[in-house]
Amino acid sequence: MRSASPGPVIPWWRDRRLIPWLVQGALAVVLLVVVAFLVGNLVRNLTAAGLLLSWQWLGQPAGFDVAEPLLPFDAGMPYWRGLLTGLVNTLRVVLLGLVGATLLGTLAGSAAFSSNALLRALARGYVELIRNIPLLLQLLFWYFVVFLALPNGAQAIQLPGLVLAKSGLYLGRAALADGVWQLQSGLRITVEFAALLTGLVVFSGAFIAEVVRGGIAAVPAGQWEAARSLGLAPAQTMGRIVLPQALRVIVPGLNNQYISLAKSSSLAVACGYTDLYSVAETTLNQTGRAVEVVLILLGSYLVIDLLISAVMNGVNRLVQLQER
Amino acid sequence: MAPPFRLAAAIPLIASLGLLGCANEGGGLQSPKMATIQARGRLVCGVDGKLPGFSFVTPDGSSKGMDVDICRATAAALLGDPDKVDYRPLDVTDRFAALASGEVDLLSRNTTYTLSRDAAGGNAMSFAPTVFYDGQGVMVPSGSGIQDLKDLAGKPICVPSGSTSELNLANRMRELGLPYTPLKFQTLDQTYAAYLSARCSAVSTDRSQLAAKRSSFPDPAAHALLPVVMSKEPLTPATVNADPVWADAVRWVVYALFQAEELGITQANVEAKLAEAKANPALADLRRFLGVEGSFGQQLGLKPDFVVRLIKAGGNYGEIYERTLGNGSSLKLDRGHNRLWKDGGLLYSPPF
Repeated sequence: MRSASPGPVIPWWRDRRLIPWLVQGALAVVLLVVVAFLVGNLVRNLTAAGLLLSWQWLGQPAGFDVAEPLLPFDAGMPYWRGLLTGLVNTLRVVLLGLVGATLLGTLAGSAAFSSNALLRALARGYVELIRNIPLLLQLLFWYFVVFLALPNGAQAIQLPGLVLAKSGLYLGRAALADGVWQLQSGLRITVEFAALLTGLVVFSGAFIAEVVRGGIAAVPAGQWEAARSLGLAPAQTMGRIVLPQALRVIVPGLNNQYISLAKSSSLAVACGYTDLYSVAETTLNQTGRAVEVVLILLGSYLVIDLLISAVMNGVNRLVQLQER
Repeated sequence: MAPPFRLAAAIPLIASLGLLGCANEGGGLQSPKMATIQARGRLVCGVDGKLPGFSFVTPDGSSKGMDVDICRATAAALLGDPDKVDYRPLDVTDRFAALASGEVDLLSRNTTYTLSRDAAGGNAMSFAPTVFYDGQGVMVPSGSGIQDLKDLAGKPICVPSGSTSELNLANRMRELGLPYTPLKFQTLDQTYAAYLSARCSAVSTDRSQLAAKRSSFPDPAAHALLPVVMSKEPLTPATVNADPVWADAVRWVVYALFQAEELGITQANVEAKLAEAKANPALADLRRFLGVEGSFGQQLGLKPDFVVRLIKAGGNYGEIYERTLGNGSSLKLDRGHNRLWKDGGLLYSPPF
C-alpha cells in the first residue's frame, strides 16, 4: 500500500534534496554581495585617492642602476625588467641559501649524536646562540663587522685559489693591479652578497639542525642497535639506516624552514644587496605606485614559497613509507 | 504669555549667531587636517631626526635644526605654541607613505621638490616654498686622488635607496658613459657606515647633507666634497594634495619667515615692531603683516597674530639659517642661493 502510492506531495521547503542547495545558494549569494561590496569599496576609495591600479608604468624606463645583476640590466630598461632582475637576484640568494643551510643544519643536527663531547657541545652552543638573536642584527653583524672589516688591496687575505678583500671575494685566480684586485678566472662574490648568504645560511642552519636532531631522535634506538649488531660502521649506520628513516620526520619540518629562509631574504636591504625588495622600494619611491608595487612583491614571495612547498611536498611523498 | 514666546523665538537666532561667529573665525574654511591638529592640540611633524643642521636630537633630548624650526613656526602659527609638536623620525623610504596615510601632518624632512612627487598621478603631495636650495654632490676620502666623476669609473658609490640621489647619479653617470656600482642602503646611517668603512669610493647625496654628516665624522678633515654639482635639490616641506587649505597655511607660514627677514623683523625686535605698528596707523603694511589690522590669519585659518607668534618662536628665516646651518652652527654653510632675492638669492615672498 505504502510503496504503491506516490505519497503526498512534499512541499519544496521540506524537500531534503532541495534544502541543502537552497542554503548553499543563499550563502553563496551573501558571500558574493559581501565580496562585491569590499572590492567596490576598495576601487571607489582608490579612485577617490587617485590610486586606481594602473600598470602602464611597468613599461617606462627605470632610470636607476642595479648592483651585480645576474640578468643584464641598465638604467634605460623598463621597470618590469628591473623588478625581474631583482627577482633573479633574490632567487640566487634563496637557492644557494637553501643548499648551504641544509648542509650546515644536517651537520650540526647529526653532531648532536656524536660520541665526541666537544662536538656535541659545539653543535648545541651554535644552535642556542644563533636562534636567539634576531636575523636583522645578525645580517648587520656579518656585513658591517665581519665583511666590511676585510682589508683592501695588497693587505687582502690571500689563500690558495681564494682572495678575501673588501672589494669582493675572489674564487679562482685574481691579480692585484693598481691596488685593486682583478679577477682573471673564476668567480667574484661581492661582500654584500657574501654577508647576506652567510647570515641566511647560519641563521636557517640553526633551525634546520634542530629539525634534523628531532628527526634522528625519533628513530627507535633498536634501529641503531640492529645496525651495529649487523656490523655496520657508524657512518653507514647513520647514512643507510638512521637518516632514511629520520627523513620522514625531517622533511615536513624542513619545508617550514625553507619557506622562512625565502621570506627572510627580503632583509637583504640591510646589507646593501640589491634583491627584489630593494628594487621594488626604489620603484615605489620613483613611481609612487605603492599599491601595485606591494601587490607585485606579495605575489612574488607567495609564488616562491608555494613553489618551495610544492617541491617539498613531492619530496615528502618520496621519503614516506610505501605501504602495500 | 508673550515674554516666554519671544525668548523661544530668539533661541534659533542666538544659535545661528553663534554659528556665524564660528564660521567667521574659521574664515569658512574646510580643512580636515587643521581640524584634526586643533582637536589633538599637537602638530605631528615628519623629520629625518639624525641629520645635523636639519633635524637632530641634542644631548638634552630636544630636537634642533632648520626642518625642526619650520615645524615649530607652523605649530606657533596654528596652535599658538611652538612646543606643541611631536616629531616622527622617518626613513627616506617610509616618508611619503607616512604623509599619505596621515601619520604625519607635515613632512619637513629635507625632501626634494620634484614633478612626480607633486603630481596627482605621482606621490600627490603639496609643496610649500622651498626652504633650502641644495644640489647633489659627491664626497670622497681626501687622500684618494679622486678629482671628478671620471675618476669614479668602475668604482662602487654609496647612495641612499629610493632617493632622488640614486636617480641623479644614475642619469649623470649614464650621460658620461661611466660604468659604476651603486650600493644602496635603506638608512642614511647604513649608507655612511659603509662609506666610512671604505666599501665605497664615494658617497653621493645632497651637498648640505654631506657637509652635515661630515661634521659628525671622527675626522671631518679626511673627507672632501668634489666641486661637482650634479642636480638641483630644492628641499621643501610638503603636505598632502587632498587638503589645499592646510597646504596654503603652511605655504604662507614659510613666506612669513622670508618676509620677516626682508622687513628686518627679528625675534629680538618683534615686540618693538608690534608696538610701533599699534601706535602708528600709517604703517598699514606692517600692521596687516603683524595682524594688528586686517584678517590674514583668519583667511588662512591660523591665529590672527600668527606672524608675531612664529617670529617669537624662532626668528625670521635668516635667524633660523644662521642658528642651524650658518655661522652659528657647527656646519658653517654659506648661504649661497639661500639669500633673499634682494641680496642675490632665490628666496622671494609674494606680497602679503
